[in-house]
Amino acid sequence: MIDREQVLHVARLARLELTEEEVERMSKELSDVLGHIEKIGELDLMGVPPTTHVIEVSNALRPDEPEPSLPREIALANAPAVADGGFLVPSPQAGGE
Amino acid sequence: MTATDLTALTAAGAVAAIERGDIDAGELFEAYRAAAAEDELNAYLWVAEGRPADATTGPLSGVPLAVKDLFCTEGVPSQAGSKILEGYRPPYTASVVARLAQAGAPLLGKTNQDEFAMGSSNENSAFGPVLNPWDRTRVPGGSSGGSAAAVAAGSAPWALGTDTGGSIRQPAALCGIVGLKPTYGTVSRYGMIAFASSLDQAGPLTRDVTDAALLLRHMVGRDDRDSTSVGFPEEVATPSSERLDGIRLGVPEELTGEGSGVEPGVLAAFEATLKLAEELGATVETCRLPHAPHALAAYYVLAPAEASSNLARYDGVRYGLRVEDGGLVGMYTKTRSRGFGTEVKRRIMLGTYSLSSGYYDAYYGRAQRVRTKIAEDFHSAFERFDFVVTPTSPSVAFELGSKTADPFSMYVNDYCTVPMSLAGIPAISIPNGLSEGLPTGFQLAGPAFSENRILDAAYALEQAIGFDGTDGRTA
Amino acid sequence: MNEYEPVIGLEIHVQLSTRTKMFCGCELSFGEPPNTRTCPVCLGLPGTLPRANARAIHFGLMIGLALGCDLAPRSIFHRKNYFYPDLPKGYQISQYDEPLCKGGRLGDVRIHRVHLEEDAAKLVHAGSTGRIHGSDVSVVDFNRGGTPLAEIVTEPDVRSAAQAREWLTLLRTTLRRLGVSDVNMEEGSLRCDANISIRPVGSAQLGTKTELKNMNSFRFLERGVNAEIARQEALLRAGRPVVQETLHFDPTTERITSLRSKEEAHDYRYFPEPDLVPVAISDEMRKAAKADMPELPAAREERLQALGISPASARQLAWRSELGDYFEAALAEDGPTRPDAQPLANWVCNELVARVGEEDPAASKVEPAALARLVALVTEKAVTVSNAKRVLDRLVEEGGDPAQIVEAEGLGAMAGGDDALDPIVEAALAANADAAEKIKDGNMRAIGAIIGHVMRETKGRADGAEVTRIVREKLGV
Ligand SMILES: [Mg+2]
Ligand SMILES: [Zn+2]
Repeated sequence: MIDREQVLHVARLARLELTEEEVERMSKELSDVLGHIEKIGELDLMGVPPTTHVIEVSNALRPDEPEPSLPREIALANAPAVADGGFLVPSPQAGGE
Repeated sequence: MTATDLTALTAAGAVAAIERGDIDAGELFEAYRAAAAEDELNAYLWVAEGRPADATTGPLSGVPLAVKDLFCTEGVPSQAGSKILEGYRPPYTASVVARLAQAGAPLLGKTNQDEFAMGSSNENSAFGPVLNPWDRTRVPGGSSGGSAAAVAAGSAPWALGTDTGGSIRQPAALCGIVGLKPTYGTVSRYGMIAFASSLDQAGPLTRDVTDAALLLRHMVGRDDRDSTSVGFPEEVATPSSERLDGIRLGVPEELTGEGSGVEPGVLAAFEATLKLAEELGATVETCRLPHAPHALAAYYVLAPAEASSNLARYDGVRYGLRVEDGGLVGMYTKTRSRGFGTEVKRRIMLGTYSLSSGYYDAYYGRAQRVRTKIAEDFHSAFERFDFVVTPTSPSVAFELGSKTADPFSMYVNDYCTVPMSLAGIPAISIPNGLSEGLPTGFQLAGPAFSENRILDAAYALEQAIGFDGTDGRTA
Repeated sequence: MNEYEPVIGLEIHVQLSTRTKMFCGCELSFGEPPNTRTCPVCLGLPGTLPRANARAIHFGLMIGLALGCDLAPRSIFHRKNYFYPDLPKGYQISQYDEPLCKGGRLGDVRIHRVHLEEDAAKLVHAGSTGRIHGSDVSVVDFNRGGTPLAEIVTEPDVRSAAQAREWLTLLRTTLRRLGVSDVNMEEGSLRCDANISIRPVGSAQLGTKTELKNMNSFRFLERGVNAEIARQEALLRAGRPVVQETLHFDPTTERITSLRSKEEAHDYRYFPEPDLVPVAISDEMRKAAKADMPELPAAREERLQALGISPASARQLAWRSELGDYFEAALAEDGPTRPDAQPLANWVCNELVARVGEEDPAASKVEPAALARLVALVTEKAVTVSNAKRVLDRLVEEGGDPAQIVEAEGLGAMAGGDDALDPIVEAALAANADAAEKIKDGNMRAIGAIIGHVMRETKGRADGAEVTRIVREKLGV
């Protein structure tokens, strides 16, 4: 129930690149899993509210008070590519986006 | 005392011995550090050079702690078992790890796990599978397999794990140790590399129930850095009851009866423990959790959906792996395709699909409503019962590679643990015997914040069962 | 050929002037070196969690009150998922179907909703450095990333580019009065996108709309919207369809280009942010927001009109709050030189604005007190209007006290009965005998020549009305 085209579309959304062989396997495995999942479609859930949080907490707001930022060298320490004090990336335009 | 004598002590026993002055915290750390360094189960991804200089001796007296890889530890590799974070050293430490270090439990090592906690066998680690100390041809369970194996094998006195759908309880069961998933929100998630935010919860993996209570006592508490964290209403006490008089145990038909897929040997051990419970004064009755059979389906919508979003940050820009490909989109896709393992990709795909336009209501929306029904099922069950009990895992530790071919056959390992995760309620797994010479687990679940009562009941059962875990340590 | 009418809705992003970011404790950045205002949270490091800024919520509620919105008793944050280098987590924390404020109205435009979200980081194009296989590269600076934003969405009630510009001015003033933002379009703390469609006049149904982005000044907003309206009209007249798409207006070339992005880029996969809990607006929060509300333009407009100021001036003073503030400062000048409201308003709205233009008069050399005295001198007829304008020129150039300038320059009006004036009028009549004759014959228009003569002689110090009186007296008309 999830075909090749859908697999490719979802992979694009998720920024994943799948080999031909992976596409085939994904569509089989995902269809299989979705087959089990779709059983919840049989339940009558009229008027049942959705649960996003199991805990009864609201707001938990933070006072607008400054906390120290990271030294730049620490912020950049794990970056694969750095230039001019920033994170170097291929330009979106160049990426066809 | 020899190193083996030192590591033979439970964590609580070691704390007491240090306080009595019988043993030295430094020697204890070194004994475990050596054991961890010699570990042959691939349970560790990193082991401390030595005791941290700034190690404080709090109430935990310096008894070292093994920590699942996905907890961020400043300056120490924190890779969540993934190639995409290989060698990543965070600039900060997870709240719960910092809290425990403050309490006197220094970091011993980082333990192996399924990549981003996605798995039930630890075979999804980018750094190789963990072997089960009871039988090295078998899996330790997952995703906290490294933590479970380390504690079972005695190379750590205790360990931190995380549980999203059973990732503490199931490996604890398969390795013959105690694993507790606390009430959602009672332990801060800040610094825990996320799998599924609304389900992830940190908890202890220990040799016995007393250790679990002791470690949990210093883990719980509200953390301002986690908006979803809540304070624990009382002090976590040291369990002591020997009996279960007046305790009502509910056995959900849906999770133990026909079609639950629980192995005969596991079921037998479960029945035996129920008998024992009755001898201790408990009453045992069948209860209903009508929506529990749908829990797995709801879970495999919600968890992958949240994961697909939580894992979007691994894009090769600020940290972790990066594979250049000229353009931006090429860099994104190559980095993520090479950095993530098969199961992680599968779940990202599943989650992205169920959130994508046109499918939200049919999948995510419905799953959230099923989640509500499952919480209601437990709520009404707890009006008649103190605890709901089930086998922790439908099977004992299975052979490496035996379930990797079919994803769903792996997913059903969480059949008995996922309902509690969706309801956000606490549940413990204690070893309750052997089947085919391998440990089985007994799960006890209670209402939110009932940890003290759960630990007490688990302690009483533990005494009566008298499970001997030494085989795991000497295997 | 049939006429078209534009249907325009506006989407405004406002950077809130809190001290710290929306979901972490980093201070907001004002041109600090790149990536010096970041932390594990706003860098989206693994394991970090957001914490909502209480003052950002407070500001959001103030905006809601100012725009007459319903404040939702409960609202939640959602994740908007898409990949972009300026988005560290791969999603933006925003609000979706349960925003902080719903409904409302400002001036003649209805408000659809107001919600809170986090700003993206800055992506600086670094040109083709060849660092990456010789291809184009950019550098990401996360200082701005996570700045609190209020997104204000209007109903499609705007019918022209001019109206869009005027309304946005009102919105900016309102937000400035609230003190919740710097609302500076050039600096990006106020950003406006427009959803534009056109339809045959009289038709009830809407045409296909396009979204026009990047109009970073009031002038560009007006120009951009006009350009897009023209583009759509041309398409329809040529019998070609308008395509729904996102467009970019280039102010320099005035050209409109399509930001065509892959269709899936629009599948944002919104879902409730599990790392944040719902925002429940308590009575205390509501009261606190009410307590911080200043007088808003509409109310000020009414109050000023009640002072006897013309509707036009009252609106100008209320909508351009800096003019209103200057005016009220001048009006507050007490004592003998206290000016009347209406003439003072005219002098601020016409003469002063004509001289200082768009800038805040408070920043000019003309002290409110000085203008107050000048206007008082005029009403007392101590100086003529034309000379008062010359005094104002001087005040704009070097400031100072109008009375002294009048004194020094000898610009004081020649009061009536001033015998210095009689001989000058005599001379003027003599020098313009024919004009004098015409006046005797009852043609009062001819008196212009006489007054002109007198003004030349007195360098404009004479009062026209006084001169007329003397002429009538001497000619017995
Ligand atoms: Mg927005
Ligand atoms: Zn920050």
